[in-house]
Amino acid sequence: MTMLIFGERINGMYTDIGDALKAKDPKPLQYWATKQEEGGAHYLDLNSGPAIPKEERAEAYQWMVNVVQEVSELPLVLDSTNYDAIEAGLKLCKKPAIINSVDATPEKMERVFKMASDYNAGVVGLTMDKKGIPLDHDLRVAFAMELVAAADEYGLPMEDLYIDPLILPVNVAQEHALQVLKSLAQIKMLADPAPRTVLGLTNVSQKSPHNITNLLNRTYLAMAIGAGLDAAIMNANDEDLVDVAATTQILLGRSIYADSYLNVFRQR
Amino acid sequence: MSVTIVKERYAGKIGEVTLGATAEQGGTRTSTVTIGGDSALPFLHFEGKVNRPVIAMEVNDIPPTWNTTLTKQYGDVFNSPGAWAKQCVDDFGADLIYLKLLGADPDGVNRSPEDCVRVVKEVLAAVGVPLIVVGCGDTAKDNEVIAAVAEAATGENLLIGVAEQETYKTYAAAAMVHKHTLIAQSPLDINICKQLNILINEMGLPLNKIVIDSLIAGLGFGIEYAYSIMERARLGALGNDKMLAMPMFCSVGYEANRTKESNSPIEDNPQWGELDDRAVLWESLTASGLMQVGASIIMMRNPAAVAVVKKNIDELMSV
Repeated sequence: MTMLIFGERINGMYTDIGDALKAKDPKPLQYWATKQEEGGAHYLDLNSGPAIPKEERAEAYQWMVNVVQEVSELPLVLDSTNYDAIEAGLKLCKKPAIINSVDATPEKMERVFKMASDYNAGVVGLTMDKKGIPLDHDLRVAFAMELVAAADEYGLPMEDLYIDPLILPVNVAQEHALQVLKSLAQIKMLADPAPRTVLGLTNVSQKSPHNITNLLNRTYLAMAIGAGLDAAIMNANDEDLVDVAATTQILLGRSIYADSYLNVFRQR
Repeated sequence: MSVTIVKERYAGKIGEVTLGATAEQGGTRTSTVTIGGDSALPFLHFEGKVNRPVIAMEVNDIPPTWNTTLTKQYGDVFNSPGAWAKQCVDDFGADLIYLKLLGADPDGVNRSPEDCVRVVKEVLAAVGVPLIVVGCGDTAKDNEVIAAVAEAATGENLLIGVAEQETYKTYAAAAMVHKHTLIAQSPLDINICKQLNILINEMGLPLNKIVIDSLIAGLGFGIEYAYSIMERARLGALGNDKMLAMPMFCSVGYEANRTKESNSPIEDNPQWGELDDRAVLWESLTASGLMQVGASIIMMRNPAAVAVVKKNIDELMSV
């Protein structure tokens, strides 16, 4: 299975998208939907961010799903902690979507895994609970095991479960980077077939100086894929980053080598 | 006790390729042939769609130098490519005609491109099935011949060839402009096979207008190696590698009949048995072996072997 790229750019944290959400202007969302698809994204992540008040979120997610589906055939990743908003959006998705995200808290897992089964959706499961993100890989893997068990209980196939062992910015939490790599390798051994894995890749370079963020992202992506990463929420328009993803598929023997392999990775 | 059948699920499938064009589609064929579309490994019907392999019988524009064990099964047709093709279709049940224009060879009869076009038209007029047309093997001459044939048969959706890594541009252009399908041939090399498909596709020929020929060998002469290349291509394609997801062509008749086993008389090796039986077995076993790894178009020569392979296909497809 090829490495999956979830385009991160349609997020209310970005000013253009935040403003567009408030003004109900579809153009910036549609621009980034098309641009990320061209860059090589396999899924489009949609996140309203804090731009929209809580009571208007459900409506906002429906609007986002509709305007993005007008210009792109790509499946969607609905990214929110507000499950009513996600459910409202799921009702309108034309292709099986992914719910992003749930942590290992029992009440939340119950709601999200049931919702996933109702809408034939995938789930991103975070290796944390209400107490926060553990440092040690053993604790991350323990949470992953709870997510795997819950998915099994609710009948979610392992290929639809994306476990996110949560990478933190390297400039303030350097010790996490190695722990996440160790976690990825162990998560892939939790079940057979194995659950999939995902990271919010850009987090690793958050708040680092601009001249090294791309390098951090590219290097960590290669290391993480080598350790067992199957998907990344990432910048689909950093051409070199997408080239790194393509090259890992060749070096891991997942795609047959041809001189022009970079050109075809972006084709669907 | 109930047994659960383990089924493999694949992410990708083989692209469908249609050969020939009827009058409504811009050609003159009375029927077309569609190959590919498979979503499982060959003949594993319980796992997905399996398409039926087809047989293309070889016709040349000059009388063949084949062993009499082959030629004696044909009528008086070798001086008339049209009659030859018609016998292959009417009497032997060929799904397609594979017309190899050997007479174009500059070291042989050195036929002009115009003469080659005349032969192609004769065969088109004689049979209603789709045609595969390939040159004599001389690169410079074949460029001229196939360009002329492609133009003269515009809209017929011939399967033309062969495009190789060094020569593909002329062929791909001819296929695009004149609406034909192309054989992309690579020298028993999976990486070149994929690269050639990419290059042809980048020129603008759609993937469903390409058929792979990764080359084969006859039984006993390296068929295992050819099989392993085809197997990698097929597993890659089912794993969703679209640049390998084309139907595959195999020149079985050519490879099986250039072996000693298909030609030496019983006097040379009494323990091998009669040549007439042996030649049939050699060609039909080469064909049926390669069918098991996904051969879609099987090029054949020996009418008796064609009958054996057709029976084998019927059995493998009847589920």
